[in-house]
Amino acid sequence: MAASSNFADSNRASDVRLSVEQVSYAYSANPSQAPLFTLEASSFQARPGEIVAILGPNASGKSTLLKLIAGTQEPLSGRVLLNGFVTRSLTPRIRAQRIAMVQQESPLLFPSRAWEFVLQGRHPHSRSLRFETREDITIARNALAQVGAEHLSDRWMDQISGGEKQRVILARALSQQPLLLLLDEPTLHLDIGSQVGLLDTLRKLAAENRYTVVVVTHELNLAAEYADQVVLLHHGKSLRVGPPAVVYQRELLEQVFQTPLSVESSPSGRPRVTILPGA
Amino acid sequence: MRPLTFPRLLLRCGYLTIILLIVVVIALKLGAVPVSLYGLGLDLVHLLLRKTTELSSNYDMIVLDIRLPRILLATIVGASLAVAGTAFQALLRNPLADPYVLGVSSGASLGAILALIAQPYLAIPLAFAALVTPVGAFLAAGVTITVVYFLGRREGQVDGSTLLLSGIISASFLSAIIMFLITTLSGRGDLRGMSFWLMGDLSVSLPSTLRWFVAIGFLVATGVIYTTASDLNLLLNGEKEAMHLGVDVRRVRLVVYIAASLLTGLAVSVSGSIGFVGLLVPHVMRMIFGSDHRILIPTSALGGAIAVVIADTLARTVVAPSELPVGAMTALAGAPLFIYLLRRKVA
Repeated sequence: MAASSNFADSNRASDVRLSVEQVSYAYSANPSQAPLFTLEASSFQARPGEIVAILGPNASGKSTLLKLIAGTQEPLSGRVLLNGFVTRSLTPRIRAQRIAMVQQESPLLFPSRAWEFVLQGRHPHSRSLRFETREDITIARNALAQVGAEHLSDRWMDQISGGEKQRVILARALSQQPLLLLLDEPTLHLDIGSQVGLLDTLRKLAAENRYTVVVVTHELNLAAEYADQVVLLHHGKSLRVGPPAVVYQRELLEQVFQTPLSVESSPSGRPRVTILPGA
Repeated sequence: MRPLTFPRLLLRCGYLTIILLIVVVIALKLGAVPVSLYGLGLDLVHLLLRKTTELSSNYDMIVLDIRLPRILLATIVGASLAVAGTAFQALLRNPLADPYVLGVSSGASLGAILALIAQPYLAIPLAFAALVTPVGAFLAAGVTITVVYFLGRREGQVDGSTLLLSGIISASFLSAIIMFLITTLSGRGDLRGMSFWLMGDLSVSLPSTLRWFVAIGFLVATGVIYTTASDLNLLLNGEKEAMHLGVDVRRVRLVVYIAASLLTGLAVSVSGSIGFVGLLVPHVMRMIFGSDHRILIPTSALGGAIAVVIADTLARTVVAPSELPVGAMTALAGAPLFIYLLRRKVA
């Protein structure tokens, strides 16, 4: 089923897969008080194979926007459509068949092996009391191979490095065979080599498997290199949406991140941000 | 990759079933009146082959009327407590959670006592009179876990140490109420022997309606929990992760809390509160078989049955012809092990 829909998507690559339509959100501890945090109406669209980066300083609403896209949080207004379905109205099971989320890692209660962890991604596709089938095992094995982590298969999750763990977590998301891949700061705590390695993998996967990818990140330069579109958030307001070259304007970034910087062009033609300490 | 398969699950449960059968046979033999294993075995074989219609009178009374029902009750109580412990540990993501530590056993005890006190004032048909205590224990167990769960939350997430503290404090608060009730109502005949029951007591012979109710309740509740086994596996990653992997967290939480409260309520209403079984058995099983709940739930049930049958056999033999509460036996063995786990996992 997934294969045929991927095929259809690649034939009509201009079709919109993810459509974020004027979603807004307000959080207040007490309904009678003014909200403590608001996300003003934000919109963008993404096609299969596209990588969208959500950028912004701390507390600008990045993770909130990601949760609204995932459909795990109820928006105040607006809606998010994935292939025409409102993500919030899907049952948890159907949602997990279409949307995979890679979160900042949470500690495991009891240790498990990498392959057990990756097989968890098959859960939304199996019935409640079923043992893993050959197909599940093949899919999990392929997922590990796609992120270059076959050799980690039998290792314990609490005994591998942060970069290796992120790859295994990504492999679990792939074994869900989703249409939409959401990542919340996947490169946090990784060294620069692991960051580039992970993002290279992500770009390759997006191109080959036609995933739509949405990444929340703090890494301005990595986002500029890897993203097709950037959503720049500031104080819960989506200031600009577009390709990196459009969004990366010096005055805009200086205003948002509250630090002097310059924007040049990197050898790849993408914008590159240099911070200017003490300027 | 070696995922769990059905034959492997059966094999593992098979080992434990054989151990349980051996333990049961030994428990049938041991007691104030010694019974020859050979003679017993011979008689059982004859009975099964229909060569005789009854055992020799000696065995018939002691073994079948007294020891066997008690041992069967011990297996069901042990299995119930261990399955409830497994469920609580997974739902609360806390390896130290169990019905006893969380105060659920104390809540169930209070519920059973309140039901017993209220019984004369309720117009209940005689046939169902025996079911008043388990129902009271179940309802009170459900209320207790709900209260402890909300007390143990901080900023929308269950907090491990807050949860355990709420459970322990609720347990002593409820125990104080129980003591108050037992003391002030000590004039009522049916409340005598309560303090022995509170420590865990399997010596009371039960009406057959109650036996069936407990056995069927155990099967239903364990079956319901088992249908959520793979959801529980994912819940070990935390509720948010589980949700992103397709678990209907709210439904699973509700269903499993109700089933685990039922197991605790049934076990407590027939045997008082037997501590540490729900805590330690899942741990030992996890060490041996891993933390996949598809295997952990049945093996914990069998392991809990083995543990309580052994504990009860010791309780009725070590100081024979007198008897210890079975809860004292489990506490003697369990408390040191609990401290070991506490220091290893939390500190």
